Amino acid sequence: MTNSQYKRRENLTEPVPVQWILAILAILFLGLFLFLPLAAVFSQALAKGFGPYFEALGNPDALAAIRLTLITAAVSVPLNLVFGLAAAWAITKFDFRGKNLLVTMIDLPFSVSPVISGLIFVLIFGLQGWMGPWLNEHSFKIVFAVPGIILATIFVTFPFVARELIPLMEAQGREEEEAALVLGASGLQTFFRVTLPGIREGLVYGVILCNARAMGEFGAVSVVSGHIRGLTNTLPLHVEILYNEYDFTAAFAVASLLAMLALATLAVKSLTQWKRARRPSIEFEEALVR
Amino acid sequence: MTNGIKKERVLPGFGPTLGYTVFYLSLIVLIPLSALVIKTTGLTWRAFLAAVASPQVVASYRVTFGSAFIAAMINAVFGTLTAWVLVRYEFPCKRLIDALVDLPFALPTAVTGITLATVYSENGWMGSLLEPLGIKVAYTPLGIIVAMTTIGLPFVVRTLQPVIEAIEAETEEASACLGANRLQTFYRVLLPVMMPSILTGFALAFARAVGEYGSVIFIAGNMPMVSEITSLLIVTKLEQFDYSGATAIALVMLTASFAMLLAINMLQRWSRKYAQ
Repeated sequence: MTNSQYKRRENLTEPVPVQWILAILAILFLGLFLFLPLAAVFSQALAKGFGPYFEALGNPDALAAIRLTLITAAVSVPLNLVFGLAAAWAITKFDFRGKNLLVTMIDLPFSVSPVISGLIFVLIFGLQGWMGPWLNEHSFKIVFAVPGIILATIFVTFPFVARELIPLMEAQGREEEEAALVLGASGLQTFFRVTLPGIREGLVYGVILCNARAMGEFGAVSVVSGHIRGLTNTLPLHVEILYNEYDFTAAFAVASLLAMLALATLAVKSLTQWKRARRPSIEFEEALVR
Repeated sequence: MTNGIKKERVLPGFGPTLGYTVFYLSLIVLIPLSALVIKTTGLTWRAFLAAVASPQVVASYRVTFGSAFIAAMINAVFGTLTAWVLVRYEFPCKRLIDALVDLPFALPTAVTGITLATVYSENGWMGSLLEPLGIKVAYTPLGIIVAMTTIGLPFVVRTLQPVIEAIEAETEEASACLGANRLQTFYRVLLPVMMPSILTGFALAFARAVGEYGSVIFIAGNMPMVSEITSLLIVTKLEQFDYSGATAIALVMLTASFAMLLAINMLQRWSRKYAQ
């Protein structure tokens, strides 16, 4: 390389020492706010060894919390999945007035604070709420009981699947489905054979994010739960109770379950992205044909 | 339906899918949210003002919005740095680190809260290092900023990464050929391209931090007037069965978050226009 080439290369990127300093600063920043707390979860959970760790997880209240968390996710995720598919189909495959407004409204729950997400259900179903007196007469409880927890969870996880699918199906266009129909496929056949294969990864991604939030939601669920041990405590609420009772080992043991769920979610997400990046895109294939 | 010609709808299922979408959206989102507005209209103007402008509530706005602003600023600076480093440099474990940036999205806020409180308390890993310097993080307003920085961390990084990836080498080459040094290129050429996305990420992180509850309450100390966030105040009022007070404050916060949503939408449109 001649001298002038060296000089130009130098002007195109930062000097190596600067690169090192910037990289170390960035990693320090992430370390301070992300990696250290993540490591602390497991270190605190196992501070007294595996005995107390598994004891905390085997506690009947912890098991009840795990059960309720699984039930909540098992109801809310499929409901939001069906909604996400219906909404994405209507929005991306047809033109109609008010479409942009509809898309904005689907995103609303993301911009509502978790506490308010819980509060609105207390206002409707609570004793002082619209339906409170009627529900009380028929001795049916929604708020401070399991149905309220599920409703609040559905609300906060509402947009996840739809928001993941809409841009994907928009990019897919409509020609392939139209061709399938003209060739005699039924509507459902078209969906399962033509649409679904193209959106599978986005669907998986949306569902696991929805599930992670459904199992981990704290603020909204905390407002509607009533905090009855063994009955209306989800895993995050159980963590809070244990922590406030200064039972740190047990609190972090239960928290470590949620942390592992988060890590698994990120692993699946990275894998699907990696797969998507490796598969040649449609545009790339079209470019090859040309 | 352009040019007055009615286009035939070939694909099936428009009616049922749109119908179900609107029905489910109304049931889960629109009707419950309208309950908040309708409940507040039952208040007299004076009662509403007393609820949303009492000194304790105003102090909580200051704590919430102030901390959220500082946290979003920290994220704007260090998030930009992190995005740059993750796109442009090669170093060991880069993919792992990149994947972990999303952790605050996936980790339940209660877990984030109790671990931050533990790490930054007097005898925690970080707290014990900062204690001799006279810096107290946990159970002070500083703790709120730490928690809000953590939960807002992915926003700036994730909005900026694709933008940095899309910057063509030619722009930088042209700038270098015209005699700019690296710093000039950064300030005059790269930063203007990145700015709309940095602002969008900032606004997203700010909006998220303002509504945050779970991760903050464990580390905040929650002293009225000093380190009490508005979300906590809503919960406290609810626990005292002061439903109308809680609802009035919630409406103020909801209006603030809708205003931010609008601002974010405008920012995103601006950055998309900039990208073209």
